[in-house]
Amino acid sequence: MTYIAKPKLHHPTLACNAVGYTRRDYEGKVSTLCAGCGHDSISAAIIQACWELDIEPHRVAKLSGIGCSSKTPDYFLGQSHGFNTVHGRMPSVLTGANLANRSLLYLGVSGDGDSASIGLGQFAHVMRRGVDMTYIVENNGVYGLTKGQFSATADPGSVSKKGVTNTDSPLDMIGMALMLGASFVARGFSGDKRQLVPLIKAAIAHRGAAFIDVISPCVAFNNHAGSTKSYEYVREHNEAVNRLDIMPPRAEITIDYADGDTVEVEQHDGSILRLHKLHADYDAHDRVGAMNYLQAHQAKGEVVTGLLYVDPQARDLHAHLDTVDAPFNTLGERELCPGAAVLEKINGGLR
Amino acid sequence: MKPIEAVNDFVVKFANVNGSGSASANELFAKSILRMGVPVSPRNIFPSNIQGLPTWYEVRVTEAGHLGRRGGVDLMVAMNPQTWDADVAEIEPGGYLFYDSTRPLPASKFRADISVIGMPLTEICNGTYDDPRQRQLFKNIIYVGALAALLHIDLAAIEALIAEQYKSKPKLLAPNVHALHLGHDYATRNLPAIGLGVRAADAVGGRIFIDGNSAAALGCVYGGATVCAWYPITPSSSLAEAFQKYCQKLRVDPDTGKNRYAIVQAEDEIASIGMVVGAGWNGARAFTTTSGPGISLMNEFIGLAYFAEIPVTLIDVQRGGPSTGMPTRTQQSDLLACAWASHGDTRHVLLLPEDPHECFEFAATALDLADRLQTPVFLMTDLDIGMNQRLCAPLKWDDARRYDRGKVMTAEELEAGKDFGRYKDVDGDGIPWRTLPATHPTRGSYFTRGTSRDAYARYSERGPDYVYNMQRLLKKFDTARSLVPAPILRAAPRPTPHGAIFFGSTSPAMAEAIDALQADGIALDTLRVRAYPFPDAVRDFIAAHERVFVVEQNRDGQLRTLIVDAFGIDPAKLLPVLHYDGTPITARFIAGAIGKHVTQKRVAGADSCAA
Repeated sequence: MTYIAKPKLHHPTLACNAVGYTRRDYEGKVSTLCAGCGHDSISAAIIQACWELDIEPHRVAKLSGIGCSSKTPDYFLGQSHGFNTVHGRMPSVLTGANLANRSLLYLGVSGDGDSASIGLGQFAHVMRRGVDMTYIVENNGVYGLTKGQFSATADPGSVSKKGVTNTDSPLDMIGMALMLGASFVARGFSGDKRQLVPLIKAAIAHRGAAFIDVISPCVAFNNHAGSTKSYEYVREHNEAVNRLDIMPPRAEITIDYADGDTVEVEQHDGSILRLHKLHADYDAHDRVGAMNYLQAHQAKGEVVTGLLYVDPQARDLHAHLDTVDAPFNTLGERELCPGAAVLEKINGGLR
Repeated sequence: MKPIEAVNDFVVKFANVNGSGSASANELFAKSILRMGVPVSPRNIFPSNIQGLPTWYEVRVTEAGHLGRRGGVDLMVAMNPQTWDADVAEIEPGGYLFYDSTRPLPASKFRADISVIGMPLTEICNGTYDDPRQRQLFKNIIYVGALAALLHIDLAAIEALIAEQYKSKPKLLAPNVHALHLGHDYATRNLPAIGLGVRAADAVGGRIFIDGNSAAALGCVYGGATVCAWYPITPSSSLAEAFQKYCQKLRVDPDTGKNRYAIVQAEDEIASIGMVVGAGWNGARAFTTTSGPGISLMNEFIGLAYFAEIPVTLIDVQRGGPSTGMPTRTQQSDLLACAWASHGDTRHVLLLPEDPHECFEFAATALDLADRLQTPVFLMTDLDIGMNQRLCAPLKWDDARRYDRGKVMTAEELEAGKDFGRYKDVDGDGIPWRTLPATHPTRGSYFTRGTSRDAYARYSERGPDYVYNMQRLLKKFDTARSLVPAPILRAAPRPTPHGAIFFGSTSPAMAEAIDALQADGIALDTLRVRAYPFPDAVRDFIAAHERVFVVEQNRDGQLRTLIVDAFGIDPAKLLPVLHYDGTPITARFIAGAIGKHVTQKRVAGADSCAA
């Protein structure tokens, strides 16, 4: 980490986006994580994605649980409200926040300890409900803040820094998200920003439960030989199924890939996801196919990355509950209180 | 043994089999007496089962308006062979047993000191109906008809109720009325007269008949709750279900048909409270409803909401604890668990309603207080008021009332440069200002966390920052004392050294006990506390009496503990009167315990003052 804050002064040549903000307006406090931590790269990717998407920072609500990853919302989008909740319970708080004001963008940041162990139940149910959000798990296979215990996503045979071999089966967050009904499922690698930024942008543009599992090596406790979540291991075993571009609504679409290798998906907001297939047989619209593909390739020790599944017709929790368009937190007595005359009638029916 | 003779003052108990359709027939019985202007106080007594096991419905008919449980049974309607022996044993000497005499029972199954009224209900049903389900369901209506004849209940009142019940299913109206008359006619022709009876009176007035869970749900609708997150648990489930029912009627946008509410049945109580915390943080009024085991699970979040200062409304419909305890029985045993919920030093606001009327009022108050104080507020009801219909004052709402949204800083204030310190006491009441997400593009954002921080919400582990915050939270709690419902004093007709403090569902039993003690020459001042933290009136009441009984429905005297803690009072001055067997407390119990104590003191000469 660094303890020297960057000067607030913006360089005059710094580019502004369509809503008049520079990239630096999307930054937060100085990170307190270890130098080289994968999580800081993810924060940088979030900053880049939000800037490129022309999102006004204050329209984002960022929520997290407890752990190294869950500290990171303090390090990006400093103009956004943030909520560092309790361990493993961010999904429920995000759900409630989303119900209270459907007009904001919700970003949930969690880790493998937070989401795969203590928070597994809430992870499962927030996906089932289709809460409109971008849920990022910064997955390093290890408990960093408590100094190096295995997490539930650690692969069997993986060796800890202290030399202990993991024997438990790993939880596959991607497989679970697919099974549980998440309508956007992707995996990225903190060491590949070119892949990660478009994935985050596409997830934010998605209306529904969007989940990104980001393999994010822990330089302090899980980046050694014998680890399957190290920079070296992931680089060697990374199997990207596609490359993704995301284009704003009505943007001119120029094709620079050969026909047949490219799939375009229109999102709710009109933006276009353009998937450049790296594996000819991979179909990102096929939930069951995605699960099979992942299982087969994971069995070979490969780390499958890319946009693995997207349902552009997804419906979110507000659609399921058929709620009004106005955010609940803007409704007052006039909309909510039935009044004394109605109560008199109710009283009359109770005699 | 002389048969009991009583008009408008007796207890009928129905012993039924769960799932036999008896509940609606029994309610019909109770309501028909209400329609005759005679107050009733019914109670469901049910074990934790769904079908085939015993369930009871006890109706106290009380022209005097004693709505607490009396204890004892004058007329047992014994419809369940499984519980026969215990049911027969429970009848008061001189009481009555009504039973299905289709199959003969040996004399040993009866008692000599009661009057036995047999009616061949099964035989009548089998002779009238072919369908087995109809035989079962109409048997219930037939016994209601027979009881109407025995007790002189107005048949027209019952018919009117049946007509209201089947307004939307007119096909069912005629067969039900037929069954009612079948029972009535048989009883009139064949059964002997009994000494109990109902006589039309004018003692009900404008009061309404509603259960506390429905009333609290309606209070949440009126109080502006838009988010309800809950997990099914007896005895609170019917509250969330009632909220759903009322919202479907009262909270749909007439133009779009869309809902101005969201109800989520969460995966557990932890997720329920988490959603409420998230909604409260984001400026919507939200509540959860649960019982003791749910409160235990919610503790971590309650601590977060207290420390991070987020409005949260929790409704605890208390049942017998600890652990699964007595899930279908009543207690007031979550007071300490709620008042001091979470690890670390915490204090929470509790509201203590006495009946459905206050459940409604306090539910709306809780939503206001949670916003005003930016903290968890607990509405503490219990199974006795939550799940039983109770006669109470009509629900009241003043259209001039405005929701108190508390200190929420606006975009205009931020734009004007108003200083925003999320955890700063600027008004001297301990309550800081907050902002909602997305209020202003560049001002007023902050990071909410359960870790310590300074007055401007910046992470801090400095001792002075932590202590400033904890002291401010205490000051805020002190501010709450002036905002919560005040205790209600009921003074005896003459000065007395004896006082009693009580709360919640103990209320009707207490009122009756005061009269009983008065009749025995014991005068008692009482104070009904309606909230924690306690206003000074509680301390003053204790100071004004030599001895104060604290009457509550738990083993450990939890209200007493809170009072001792709040005012540093000598515990010896507060005498616990504790009832905690799972049944609602009775006037007989309270008057007995207090009367015995006062009399013993007199005999021993230790008490120099006349009571």
